[in-house]
Amino acid sequence: MSANKSKVAVNNSRRAFLSKTASTAGMITIAPGVLLHQVANAKPDDQPISEKVRWGMLIDTNKCEKGCTDCIDACNAEHSLTDNGRPESDTQYIRKVTLRDKSTGHELSLPLMCQHCETAPCVDVCPTGASFTRKDGIALVDKHICIGCRYCMMACPYKARSFVHEAVKNQTLSAPRGKGTVESCTMCVHRVDKGETPACVEACSKGMHDAMIFGDLNDPNSKISKSLAQYGGKQLRADLQLNTAVRYRGI
Amino acid sequence: MTNRFLRITFLLVGLGLLYPVLGSADTPKPVIHEPEGEGVKCVHPEEEMKRNHMNYILHQRDDTMYDGIRTEKHSLANCIDCHVQPGKDGKIASIETEEHFCKGCHEYAAVTIDCFECHADRPQKFINRGGKNNASLQQDLQTMLSAGTASGDQ
Ligand code: HEC
Ligand code: HEC
Ligand code: HEC
Repeated sequence: MSANKSKVAVNNSRRAFLSKTASTAGMITIAPGVLLHQVANAKPDDQPISEKVRWGMLIDTNKCEKGCTDCIDACNAEHSLTDNGRPESDTQYIRKVTLRDKSTGHELSLPLMCQHCETAPCVDVCPTGASFTRKDGIALVDKHICIGCRYCMMACPYKARSFVHEAVKNQTLSAPRGKGTVESCTMCVHRVDKGETPACVEACSKGMHDAMIFGDLNDPNSKISKSLAQYGGKQLRADLQLNTAVRYRGI
Repeated sequence: MTNRFLRITFLLVGLGLLYPVLGSADTPKPVIHEPEGEGVKCVHPEEEMKRNHMNYILHQRDDTMYDGIRTEKHSLANCIDCHVQPGKDGKIASIETEEHFCKGCHEYAAVTIDCFECHADRPQKFINRGGKNNASLQQDLQTMLSAGTASGDQ
């Protein structure tokens, strides 16, 4: 599959960037947490989202298998991200990154996607207001007003955004996308609004890896909050103080 | 009296003569394929939809984008679900052709919209992705996941 090639091609700068985070991290061995992917109390369709909720994700890098692409495959299918065999320009919402601790030789692998920052640099720089964070913390592009200037792509420290260079055909009905706009992981808003979990998280647990938890960071009783409280989790490049909604354990 | 009678007759004859001209095939008319089936009705009365359909979907667009409101009624996906069905030849008309519900009338009224550069122009079950429809892709994914082949080298 040529997706693998693409991962190799883009990973280099990312690795350098992330290793800053990893070098300081001692390895934490974690007891297997109980992972749940169900979200309780789905919002009714006609109710607006609320700022009481902050959706987040916790990724346990100790459980994330090297070379596994379950989350990426599910994401690509969900959003009809097509592989044109041009890794430099094809859209990727999730990329697998491998980090190596030079002193121990320990390697870990993690999925990297939009970190859904609270104070998002992409939102700051957007000239049209197309980049925004929803009340529930999900960072999005309103493609209806995106002019494709790609400022946000430059501002994003995680390089999480892609530009659609080519006309798109056969999109899924729930994930519209087209040429000339910027896009990135939407934390599967169309599913989350209906009380479902993001496609990647679902695939990870279906594949029996259970390396991803999705849930409400603001609710102390949610699975994700409890797990974070008990075993901890880190933000990538926490020094940037972006307060990301995606957290990692084991880095 | 006779004069008046004549005038009215001429008028009627004139109208009668004009009628076939007005209704003739020379006058262009929009191609509109409406959904068939008993009791199938639009989300609002036809006259209202003719004039104001754009307001409903544009409003819904912002409600969904910013507030996560996912009601079906005015959602573009819902319009497409009901309005775009296979024709007599069993095929779905693409948005590029006048046979597509949203295109025929717009073509006639010289309205250009870009919505379908991103949005699917047909219901999900008719979306063909690289020879596979979504259902079969889903199945592939499931088989792959259950076989556990996803990890390994591909
Ligand atoms: C550049 C891509 C793009 C274009 C062009 C575009 N949309 Fe969208 N549209 C989106 C995305 C992305 C969403 C968000 C989908 C979601 O969150 O589920 C969306 C959501 C919507 C929704 C809410 C979901 C639904 O199905 O009801 C409506 C309504 C909508 N768009 C209407 C329009 C209309 C009308 C036009 C044309 C005037 C248009 N869009 C053009 C990308 C686009
Ligand atoms: C459940 C099926 C259904 C749905 C959903 C639906 N429509 Fe309709 N629509 C119809 C039918 C049937 C007609 C023919 C008039 C009637 O019987 O109401 C129609 C008529 C129309 C017309 C007038 C066509 C003409 O001949 O002038 C427009 C415009 C229209 N619909 C737009 C929309 C839009 C936009 C949406 C989405 C917000 C939508 N419709 C949703 C079934 C539907
Ligand atoms: C009965 C004819 C008719 C049909 C059928 C129809 N439209 Fe329209 N539509 C129009 C006309 C006429 C306008 C322009 C009105 C104006 O400019 O005031 C328009 C305008 C629009 C606009 C606003 C364009 C803009 O630039 O502001 C959108 C969006 C739109 N239509 C979407 C749709 C969609 C989606 C469908 C199919 C579900 C559809 N229309 C079917 C006649 C139609």
